[in-house]
Amino acid sequence: MTSELNSGKNASAVVAVPDPREPVAKAIEVEHIVKKYGDFTAVDDVTFFVKEEEIFGLLGPNGAGKSTLIRMMTTLIPITAGVARIAGHDVQKDPDAVRRVIGVIPQALTSDLDLTVEENLNIYAKLYDVPAEKRHKGIEELLELVDLKKWRTAQTKTLSGGMRRRLEIARGLVHSPRMFFLDEPTTGLDPVSRVAVWEMLTNIKSQRQLTILITTHYMDEADRLCDRIAIVDHGKLVALDNPAALKASVPGSNVIEAQFDNAPPDWEQQLHQLAAVTSVKHEGAGMYRVLTGDGSGTTTQLVEAAVHAGITIKSLSVQNTTLDDVFVHYTGRQLRDELQKSYSFVMPPRPGQS
Amino acid sequence: MNRILAIVEREMRKFFRSPALMMVSMIFPLVQLIVLGNAFGGKIKDARMGLVDQDGGTQALRIREAFDSVRANIRTFEPIYYRDDKQAMEDVRNGKLEGAVIIPPQYSSHVYEQNHPRIALIVDNSDNFMSATLEQEMTDLTNALNQPVVEPRLLQQTALQIVELYPYIEYMKFLLPGSITLAIFMSVMIGGGMLYIDDKARGVHEGYLVTPITKTELVLGLNASSALKAIMVGLVISVIGSLLAGVGSLFNASTALGLFVMIVLTAVALNTMMFLLVVRVDDPLVPRAIFGILNTLLFFPSGAVYPIQAFPWWLRGIARVDPFSFAVHGFKSLLLKEAGFGSIVPDIAYLTIFAVVTLSIATPLFKRTL
Repeated sequence: MTSELNSGKNASAVVAVPDPREPVAKAIEVEHIVKKYGDFTAVDDVTFFVKEEEIFGLLGPNGAGKSTLIRMMTTLIPITAGVARIAGHDVQKDPDAVRRVIGVIPQALTSDLDLTVEENLNIYAKLYDVPAEKRHKGIEELLELVDLKKWRTAQTKTLSGGMRRRLEIARGLVHSPRMFFLDEPTTGLDPVSRVAVWEMLTNIKSQRQLTILITTHYMDEADRLCDRIAIVDHGKLVALDNPAALKASVPGSNVIEAQFDNAPPDWEQQLHQLAAVTSVKHEGAGMYRVLTGDGSGTTTQLVEAAVHAGITIKSLSVQNTTLDDVFVHYTGRQLRDELQKSYSFVMPPRPGQS
Repeated sequence: MNRILAIVEREMRKFFRSPALMMVSMIFPLVQLIVLGNAFGGKIKDARMGLVDQDGGTQALRIREAFDSVRANIRTFEPIYYRDDKQAMEDVRNGKLEGAVIIPPQYSSHVYEQNHPRIALIVDNSDNFMSATLEQEMTDLTNALNQPVVEPRLLQQTALQIVELYPYIEYMKFLLPGSITLAIFMSVMIGGGMLYIDDKARGVHEGYLVTPITKTELVLGLNASSALKAIMVGLVISVIGSLLAGVGSLFNASTALGLFVMIVLTAVALNTMMFLLVVRVDDPLVPRAIFGILNTLLFFPSGAVYPIQAFPWWLRGIARVDPFSFAVHGFKSLLLKEAGFGSIVPDIAYLTIFAVVTLSIATPLFKRTL
């Protein structure tokens, strides 16, 4: 698989180029989209498209511009420049038509805590003008789909975080949308709930022929769920392809993580000289991350070099390239390095509520 | 229309499921009605009045008898007899007495000689209300003493005959119109203003904005739901307040209808004003900071606790445009005066125009995006 991008470090204004031999139905098209807040550019000339019935991931650290992108596409904030089309409707010229074909799950859990599961769904179905008979049938199906049937009369405040997220997913589907936008749907969930949400989304996609656009900063989530992934950093699209192709685009197919005791200052340079090594990164506390095209060969050489230099190896692991490495490759930093940025007031949760 | 009703349904379900809002909206005005109504409504009783009799004559004895009569009947004050006028004055100064009367030597002789007989009243005028009451009581008492023993056949002095249009209105009843208005205001403040900003900050509005709901539907839905809550609070406090204050006019059908119209219009007008104030606010701390000021600025100049005619010109200016003033006037006309529907027409007109104007300004300011 080839990368769809004119990719590489310091990439700017990257354009996703489809294979001309393979005509695709475009569910979402974004062309040279820009969002500025005064002098600050939150999204900078981003272009991509999403195929129909595809799960498309926007991957990036907090503050990278993912949520701004999704908010522009879902008519929540005005676009400064460029064009976004959802199911052929221009977001700026025909926002109502866009709103009718999309389902949106915002980052925060916004279902009413005092209302029951069913009431929450009912009210949103009414906001979408779903006729009564279709509404009852649809809600019944959705409750089954998100496994909340026996909690239908429970007040939302009594549900766990995972159940509330499932309710939000059902809420976004009450009007049978064609596109589904999810902004960090698993943030704050425990690992078990996260996996449950992933399975649910995969089921929903296959049953309802949905096109899904999801933002996340979890590599494993993007890797497992998405057909294609766009990496966003500092408001720019820096890479776009399917997960396997993205990993293959990084020089070196294996990652060796090793921690040493009393490594000399030039140890990073020494490791770089080992055969098949493409990059070495010192991550502090004696920990080195080595990308290599030959995992076993480099490991042997690394151990020999350490013994020869009289350096103790405290720990050592070899694994395949991950999306984390892809991210480091394209942006020069790791996801976890980014601190959360808050540009507006965020209401704290009610006491006793998660 | 369906979408407006969906927003109203959501708010109403939340409102009835969590009745704290209704309680909080009503408790403050009710407490104010009960505490202020009783604290300010009563007449002065059992004030301590020193009496220094330096004369000891028969006319001084008449004054002492009049004092005993006051103590036995109206009980405005209780006489405490002193021998030393300096001690009595000192006790007024240090708060042991609220006032002191000094009957000077030769007072009786002066009375008989009709030679400017005088008695002295020493009052603590740091408390205006108390000193005014004692002065009034002593004026009445001396007027009674000055009446001739034999009345002339033709009275030569002009007498003022006071005709009161309504039965005696206690202060608690006087406060009731203000309390109803305040309860409605508290409801739109909490159930309208604060909840609007809290919902915005929690992302609830984000949920609305991704649906095909129009800006007008959203504005009308939000305003209708919060006005509806305020109407319910207004109705409940009108009944409870009337029962507490002993106002029976509520049970007259035409008064009840007028009251309902006034409650609806007051709720709508105050709510649209609140919506205009918070339509662009995002930080939930802002309304909490400004609502105290707003409460004082709207409630006190409205004539709810003190007559507007006693205000300086600038405060009268505020009262003239304050929707509270019109609400209080309307409620007062209906509950205390039982004046018909015609008496509240100007209040109805003002509140309606006020609501239309504020909503017309607020709607374009409301953002359909985040």
